[in-house]
Amino acid sequence: MTIHVLRPGLLMTVQDMGRHGHQHVGLCPGGAMDPLSLALANTLVGNYAGDAALELTVLGPDLEFERETLVALVGAEFEADIPLNRPVLVPRGAQVSISRAGRGARGYLAVAGGFNVDEVLGSRSTYLPGEFGGLEGRVLKRGDRLPLAEDATNLSRERFAALKNKDKRGTSVKWHVPAFTVPDREPIVLHAIEGEHFADFDANMQRVFFDTVWRVTSDSNRMGYRLAGPPLTRSKTEEILSGPTCLGSVQVPANGVPIALMADHQTTGGYPRIAEIASADVPRLAQIAPGGTVHFARTTLDLAAQLRKDARTRMENIMRGIAWEYGK
Amino acid sequence: MAKLAPLGAVPLGDCAVYVEFSKTLDLEVNSAVQRLATMVHGRALPWVRDVVPALGGLAIHFDPDHKSLTTDALTAALNTVSECLKEGLPKVDAVLRTIEVPVCYEPEFAPDLAEVAAFAKVSTEEAVALHAGADYRVLMIGFAPGHAYMGGLNPKLSLPRRSSPRAIVPAGSVAIANDQTVVYPYAISGGWSIIGRTPLTVFDADRQEPSLFAAGDRVRFKPISRADFQKLVSR
Repeated sequence: MTIHVLRPGLLMTVQDMGRHGHQHVGLCPGGAMDPLSLALANTLVGNYAGDAALELTVLGPDLEFERETLVALVGAEFEADIPLNRPVLVPRGAQVSISRAGRGARGYLAVAGGFNVDEVLGSRSTYLPGEFGGLEGRVLKRGDRLPLAEDATNLSRERFAALKNKDKRGTSVKWHVPAFTVPDREPIVLHAIEGEHFADFDANMQRVFFDTVWRVTSDSNRMGYRLAGPPLTRSKTEEILSGPTCLGSVQVPANGVPIALMADHQTTGGYPRIAEIASADVPRLAQIAPGGTVHFARTTLDLAAQLRKDARTRMENIMRGIAWEYGK
Repeated sequence: MAKLAPLGAVPLGDCAVYVEFSKTLDLEVNSAVQRLATMVHGRALPWVRDVVPALGGLAIHFDPDHKSLTTDALTAALNTVSECLKEGLPKVDAVLRTIEVPVCYEPEFAPDLAEVAAFAKVSTEEAVALHAGADYRVLMIGFAPGHAYMGGLNPKLSLPRRSSPRAIVPAGSVAIANDQTVVYPYAISGGWSIIGRTPLTVFDADRQEPSLFAAGDRVRFKPISRADFQKLVSR
């Protein structure tokens, strides 16, 4: 059984938690830009947190469901004809229309049993630059039929039946989870530690980096977010030796426009790295659409660890709540 | 080599650390870093996600909250590096692989070969002989999956990057710039001078070993004819 893509939206791909262990041959882990929302969407339909789901970007798709299917759409506040952030039983033959995201940039549509595309190097994530993973390694388009698990309908019915607090219509529930990576207001604060080349920028430039409200530019994508603001100039002129990069590294190329590295980033780079964003804040940055704003707050590794712990506690509490609703 | 000592450890955020040994390209340090990376990787530590050798140091990517950790991940990573250095790195010969890369240097695959030859003040045949006659070593993989930066280019061929990069360089293109040579794994934009093309697939996610090259590999280029190129492509 399949889901039929009637209209693909802006940038819809299959994503899971990505593929680790290949950065030494230049392949970044990739995967969902906002893995926390992916995990919530999957948990809401009774899947493993890291199962493959659809990543929607800014403008959602129109989808037709061949059979009765339990779904959950978590993340950005999309205008949609299904309620968000909760399990929803979509009837056989139904069309689901998801349009623009009001707040946030990315949503994750999970289905009971997951999407049945082949694993490549241990992951179903679409890696667009390498054209592999997901469905034929590409962005989903009109006419695609997305394969679901063989027993998706049975799983959907069984799991929905197990849920305690159904709504009046009997197609969803009376509660929802918080999509806490989606910002209430902008600019969002990104906690960042000093990067290797922070000292290559003079005191004034360092202050500019932390004082500026940066605007995410329209040429930002799954590889990196470009941040418009006053150009950052490095005091040193000598080239730096290409070195490794990481998810959340903030590089400053010669044009002075910083780039925050996102899920599909290059594994090495020759640009100075002024800062490194705390890992707990990267999913929140992924929810900022082009035109949105961010600013940086200087932090320490200890605080970054605390932010990680806070996010984990929050996730565990929500997951426990969902498990309780499923009678577990 | 006398001794290898880190200049410092730079956190790459809270999930990785860069252990730096040199801020400039030093071939001996580069080789040692690659062997150190192999050693760290070989320990198969459950909290380590990736060990990435770069030109002058290595990055260790980790899960900072992994349950097997008894200390913070940064300390554990640095301890692992010191233990490996204390134990001693494997000899170069023990880890060396040689990869032979067939390359067709015919004009349809080598739009910049004539320019390169003119720069080197030699014939195109001699330019090919200079490129294919050298021993290369993979200094680092980066920029794109399987994209290997190789050192060992004959200084005569050492011309700067092109002033305007090409929008699309076909996959398998063999190119040179400064003192290095590369093979483009995908059709991507690039500013290096293209002097040939290999029929081999540089990175194939469906292959047992996706990347043709690994950091530290010795590489030789072998000139092949158009006919051999077509034969190898169709294989």
